[in-house]
Amino acid sequence: MAQIFHRSTNFLSRFSIFGSVFFLAILLWLFYDLEASPYTTQQTIAREQPVQFSHAHHVGAIGIDCRYCHTSVEKAAFAGIPPTKTCMNCHSQIWAQSPYLEPVRESFRTDKSLEWTRVNDLPNFVYFDHSIHVNKGVGCETCHGRVDQMPLMYQAASLQMKWCLECHRHPERYLRPKEEVFTMGWRPPVEQAVLGERLKREYHVRDRVVLESCSTCHR
Amino acid sequence: MSRAVQPGRGGPPVIEPGHTYATVTDKISSIVLARRTPLFWVLGFFASFTLTMVLLGAISYLLAKGIGIWGVNQPVGWGFAIINFVWWIGIGHAGTLISAILLLLRQEWRTSINRFAEAMTLFAVACAGLFPLLHMGRPWLAYWLLPYPNTMALWPQWRSPLVWDVFAVSTYASVSLLFWFVGMIPDLATLRDRARRKGFQIFYGMLAMGWRGSALHWYRYETAYLLLAGLATPLVISVHTVVSFDFTIGIIPGWHSTIFPPYFVAGAIYAGFAMVLLLAIPLRAVYGLQDFITMRHLENMAKILLATGLIVGYGYVIEAFMSWYSANPYEGYMIGNRMRGPYAPVYWSLMLCNIVAPQFLWFKRVRTSPPVLFGIAVVVSIGMWLERFVIVVTSLHRDFLPSSWGMYFPTIWDWATFVGTIGLFLALMFLFIRFLPMISIFEMRTLVPEAGPLAMQPIPEHSVAGEEG
Repeated sequence: MAQIFHRSTNFLSRFSIFGSVFFLAILLWLFYDLEASPYTTQQTIAREQPVQFSHAHHVGAIGIDCRYCHTSVEKAAFAGIPPTKTCMNCHSQIWAQSPYLEPVRESFRTDKSLEWTRVNDLPNFVYFDHSIHVNKGVGCETCHGRVDQMPLMYQAASLQMKWCLECHRHPERYLRPKEEVFTMGWRPPVEQAVLGERLKREYHVRDRVVLESCSTCHR
Repeated sequence: MSRAVQPGRGGPPVIEPGHTYATVTDKISSIVLARRTPLFWVLGFFASFTLTMVLLGAISYLLAKGIGIWGVNQPVGWGFAIINFVWWIGIGHAGTLISAILLLLRQEWRTSINRFAEAMTLFAVACAGLFPLLHMGRPWLAYWLLPYPNTMALWPQWRSPLVWDVFAVSTYASVSLLFWFVGMIPDLATLRDRARRKGFQIFYGMLAMGWRGSALHWYRYETAYLLLAGLATPLVISVHTVVSFDFTIGIIPGWHSTIFPPYFVAGAIYAGFAMVLLLAIPLRAVYGLQDFITMRHLENMAKILLATGLIVGYGYVIEAFMSWYSANPYEGYMIGNRMRGPYAPVYWSLMLCNIVAPQFLWFKRVRTSPPVLFGIAVVVSIGMWLERFVIVVTSLHRDFLPSSWGMYFPTIWDWATFVGTIGLFLALMFLFIRFLPMISIFEMRTLVPEAGPLAMQPIPEHSVAGEEG
């Protein structure tokens, strides 16, 4: 009887059996990498805005406090986007004729808000409250990064759940004294492990069971 | 006739006298290699394929509309989906029991029924697996059940028996598949060598994985088969034990009970053997396989059916007894509600199907009459389905608070999905009997007189003792 298969089939069958295992593993790894990459999360990608507002200039160079614009950050879930009036406090006097700021003046004249593009945008199924974080010693910088060095705003963190849980599982690694919450580039004066533990006790940060519970964030 | 055809404790033979190596091979392989497809196959496949399309329609509508098309709601959140899941998983038990445990116990009569019983197991597990996936509401996220590195930094909830189910069922499915496939390799090689058309030669040739029947091949084959049998044996017990945990871990009256694991396993074997009989009786009739699946097989299966039926009956009695003996008012109400509540007809039909019907199997005349056996197997299959209905629905529909009581009524979509899976199961079974050898050719050959004294043992001694050549 004639042979059904060519000799090379032996190699092909072995190769395909072992190859498919590696192929599947690589495929899974690729999916995971893509899922965690800025391509999916938009991390570190600067967004186009109606006015190219520079936090680096206003916070870093001039030294305006975060709360000057984001007024409700200590009291509400939403940190607050300033009304055009806040911009005009200064820009009715300085750079008042700059064509660059025409959209701001137009907004002020017509009473129509500037439509900023939201950068740090959490999904709607997540309940996030700025005030509790700020009042328990989580610095702005911890989540938003060095805003004082961002000419254009970008998302500093991935905003993926594993990133949230990193802190919810070990808050002591990230806590800072309340008076340093709005400081950019803060360094712990003593070892963070010691300080963090102390602050966690002092600020009554809830234990891991509560912080990790599904309904803490998904209500 | 030689004693080889009547091994064991005598009784009817496991293969009718007069067969030789050649006739066994011819008979079984000709079913697969025949050019003409029999008319009943075409009609049967057409009917079951139509039902499979009903399943496809029901699933498509479910995916489009959501779980709301089913009858499940508060308080009965587990309706047909879980009933059918447990029913199908139970049916899937006989295959591995026959192939693994009976192999290790040297029950040579298993040889002619193990192949299609294993196929039945695989198809039943496939049908079973559909239900929990569809019940999740968002089946496209089913992979969340598996532990894998993810951007949510989350693992499955290990304390939930539903996650244990994922592992129990997927392990069972993969070991059963391996066992079935490995056991078929020598036969696939036979088909490869006997096939006339090039396409079939390549098809069976690929599946045979280069089997040449050398002594080394046989040595490795037997070692692997025995190891797989050892692996599969605990699974027969573990799978339905874990399925029973889905219920027992909950504190619902009627579920929270220690008798569930053994009672579920016995019930599974009971349902599984009923299904093997349901398949074996028509198959031997239409393909003229009475020589291979003899009266001895039917009788043995009927005896197992009777034995497991008695264990299941004991389970029902103990359940009722414990609800009184525990003096727990909720348990007491539960059993009273089963017997006299709105679902009482289901409960009493269950008793009729599962306790009364198998008692006829005490009579040899019943055990040796294929039509009557077929009838009893149908009744038992219905009874096992009703059992799951009683467990799931009556416990949920009235629990602790009368204010949250309710009723459960299946919708047309529940029925379509259930009947559809029966269609899928039968369609797969039809494809199997047409394209793969439904009886193990090489193992049957060890039972003919030519095989000599070794005929009593499907596994030659040397592989058991582990001697090497």
